[in-house]
Amino acid sequence: MDTTNDWAIEAHDLVKTFGTHRAVDGVDLQVKTGTVYGVLGPNGAGKTTTISMLATLLRPDGGQARIFGHDVVAEAQVVRQLIGVTAQFASVDEKLSATENLVIFSRLLGLGRQESRRKAGELLEEFGLAEAARRPLAKFSGGMRRRLDLAASLIAQPPLIFLDEPTTGLDPRTRTQMWETIRRLIASGSTVLLTTQMLDEADQLASRIAVIDRGKVVAEGTPDELKATVGSSSLQLRVQDPADLPTSLGIIQRVLGIAGTISPEAARITAPMTGVDRVTDLLLELRAAGIALTEMSVQKPTLDEVFLGITGHSAEPTNPANDTAPTRINA
Amino acid sequence: MSTITIIPGAERQLRNHTSAAQTLRNSLAMAYRGLLKIKRTPEQLMDVTLQPILFTLMFTVLFGGAVAGDTTSYLPLLIPGILVQTVITTSVVTGTQLREDMDKGVFDRFKSLPIARIAPLAGALLADTVRYAIATTLTFGMGYVLGFRPEAGIGAVVLAGLLVIVCSWAISWIFAFLGVIARSASSVQGISMIVLFPLTFLSNAFVPVDTLPGWLQGFVNVNPVSHLVSAVRDLVNDGVFGLDMVTSLVGAAVIVAVFAPLTVRAYMRKA
Repeated sequence: MDTTNDWAIEAHDLVKTFGTHRAVDGVDLQVKTGTVYGVLGPNGAGKTTTISMLATLLRPDGGQARIFGHDVVAEAQVVRQLIGVTAQFASVDEKLSATENLVIFSRLLGLGRQESRRKAGELLEEFGLAEAARRPLAKFSGGMRRRLDLAASLIAQPPLIFLDEPTTGLDPRTRTQMWETIRRLIASGSTVLLTTQMLDEADQLASRIAVIDRGKVVAEGTPDELKATVGSSSLQLRVQDPADLPTSLGIIQRVLGIAGTISPEAARITAPMTGVDRVTDLLLELRAAGIALTEMSVQKPTLDEVFLGITGHSAEPTNPANDTAPTRINA
Repeated sequence: MSTITIIPGAERQLRNHTSAAQTLRNSLAMAYRGLLKIKRTPEQLMDVTLQPILFTLMFTVLFGGAVAGDTTSYLPLLIPGILVQTVITTSVVTGTQLREDMDKGVFDRFKSLPIARIAPLAGALLADTVRYAIATTLTFGMGYVLGFRPEAGIGAVVLAGLLVIVCSWAISWIFAFLGVIARSASSVQGISMIVLFPLTFLSNAFVPVDTLPGWLQGFVNVNPVSHLVSAVRDLVNDGVFGLDMVTSLVGAAVIVAVFAPLTVRAYMRKA
């Protein structure tokens, strides 16, 4: 068997079409064994569809993908023995208890009756669900459901785990717990592919990130490389009079040495920056030029800024107005 | 998790093929899941518990006098009829539940597991035989309460019950097929009822065939449900293994032969 140790995932030119819509339009991904890989993108970018193809749930319309050297179409059943999937929507049985769910999945994976019970108990303990083991899932919180879902993906101790937006919809405290769980998972030697809409999450967990937009990978690199394209923080300015926008952009360029972009909803300038303290100089210059501001803030770059920085359009998926280059000024 | 060492993907010995033994094991595990679900949601058993009791009582009291002169002499005619009708109606649930299951997130997990593709379908069909057994037992039980004493004894009753369960299981393939191809559980329910009502009512289940108009007799006599009802009557009332029994079993085999491949094909395309 021709297998490579280096790559957990090798996807080349993956395509999936739904009707006339190309949900995934030529995605390339290479994930090294033993690493955490983040796929970052807005809703509808094609993240879930990509995972579904890699996890053998959907058949690709074009391109190939291999998991540890095994083709996802030709050797689907082998691939399924190597992966664990935690989908975006909890894929557990609502009507059964946590224990029953895990026992059934264990039995399906070939564990005996006693072994299944033991495994279920172990995992529930591990994920802090032991007390809720016998409760029906209808009474579970969102975070508990996600943890159970993740536990179910780990029964067979798969070397590759797909996590589709593991923290979407969770409150900040539960999100931190989930991150903790994912970190321990990584420490055990698993390869993880996770999708997220939050740059911060990808930054916290992943060693490499692919930014995906409209079914295509638009940027790929380490979190540091990506952040370098958007700066470590982002300056947001709103001017009172839109006519001042060109002058303001000129001043930003001169003082900070970077090019700002005007966001689609106009009148707001976004600029990546490296040194926060230089904002003072900028504000002084703006006042000297007689430009009145309605709003000024310095923020961590969001997914939207990454998108603006990389693709030149905002992260909202369906607005056709985004197609026009936001840097063009019709003053 | 720190205690677990993950065996690297490239070092695992794996096969891309599911053995017959594994298929059986997976199907049994899925059937176990079906039974657990029944246990957790006993309200699902309403149709197999209340319907036999209610229908047997209603039909006996309503039609007993008119059809057979009095309720007691109607029972040997009615109980086999109501048994077949109830159990076949129960098999519709196989289709609706399959559809509901396939629409849920948990089905995605089944698809991502290295199990036999057919297991969720086979498990559902297997677990539902328990529902048929419950409906069968209750119908005979209710008949007994109302005064039905089968001439041929308990052995014949058990055999007749098994015959009905086997035939209903065969028919459930039709509804499983509808469940796989339909868009929603409620549409499965709707279509199934349209198939079911003519089949069960336009038969000899409740009334003697010779009271029907000639054109209807033609249909009633070829209706497989009529043959099954006659087979059960022969068995429990006279202890006879008649031609109707052979016809029923052959009919059941034909249904499975036609619908099992259709269902499995449609199902595999989605699984």
